[in-house]
Amino acid sequence: MKFIKFLLVGVVFGIVLTKSEAVSWYRIYEMFHFQSFHMFGIIMTAVVVGTIGVQLIKRNNVKDITGQPIVIPNKDKGFTGYFVGGILFGLGWGLVGTCPGPMYILIGAGFWGIGVVLLGALVGTYFYGLLRSKLPH
Amino acid sequence: MESLYGTWPWYVSGFLIGSVMLALIYFGKTFGMSSNLRTMCTMMGAGKTADFFKFDWKTQRWNLVVVLGAMLGGYIAVHFLSDPTIETVVLNPKTVIELQQMNIDAPNGKLLPDALTSTEALQSPKILGILLLGGILVGFGTRYAGGCTSGHAITGLSNLQLPSLIAVIGFFIGGLIMSWLLLPLFFN
Repeated sequence: MKFIKFLLVGVVFGIVLTKSEAVSWYRIYEMFHFQSFHMFGIIMTAVVVGTIGVQLIKRNNVKDITGQPIVIPNKDKGFTGYFVGGILFGLGWGLVGTCPGPMYILIGAGFWGIGVVLLGALVGTYFYGLLRSKLPH
Repeated sequence: MESLYGTWPWYVSGFLIGSVMLALIYFGKTFGMSSNLRTMCTMMGAGKTADFFKFDWKTQRWNLVVVLGAMLGGYIAVHFLSDPTIETVVLNPKTVIELQQMNIDAPNGKLLPDALTSTEALQSPKILGILLLGGILVGFGTRYAGGCTSGHAITGLSNLQLPSLIAVIGFFIGGLIMSWLLLPLFFN
């Protein structure tokens, strides 16, 4: 039963990303060519809502659903991994227009071809795991 | 009701995505979709060859449930919240012309171009190669960067994390290079 809430969160996420067309290859192309405000508006609104929410949680010491204090882990310091990894991610995002959330959503929506992208993403993740100790972070 | 079946406005969508992230925080978790790729590698036995995958994947079951929900959400949105008589994926006319020059079909209500995911396209080794390459870049890059659009652009930026800003700038540099310089070479 404790998993139902996560299922519902996922369903909302999947519906919103599909109906906002953030899962659309076209919208990602349009975003990278600055030909529409739509995607920028989505990301900025999400970040503004998120920032306000996170600040409220921190300032009021809000407890989570189980009564534990909420801790949002800080990202480790660094530059190379974030920057180079980010660029590689961006190259893939610009090519197939799908980041790791939309992959699943699109497969659920019936775009079976995106299964090839998911397969690639698993291969890419595995490559990273193999090379991790040799890469600068 | 018509607006429910059409393209949802950016402010409604952005608000709901921010809320999804906050809901997961309230449930004691952190929003991040790309972690599931690592989890799936581990479930398939990748821990035998790389230490990075040696962890108890069962601690990530909740996130796999989010994935299942997201798939279900995609199904619901397409089958129950769509109306073919309402025009969706309405792009900037300039975008449509640019795409035409690369022989990429206009959306006409479709989420993805036929040039990429139609049954016919999926029989082309070139298209399969493009999908696989894009996936590999996304999978490798997201783990190297420690997160994707959800983990860095939404969660990280909301938590005012400098590393996430660096990653997001990287996402855009990579995306711009691909979209402006390389994509026209792939589709020609």
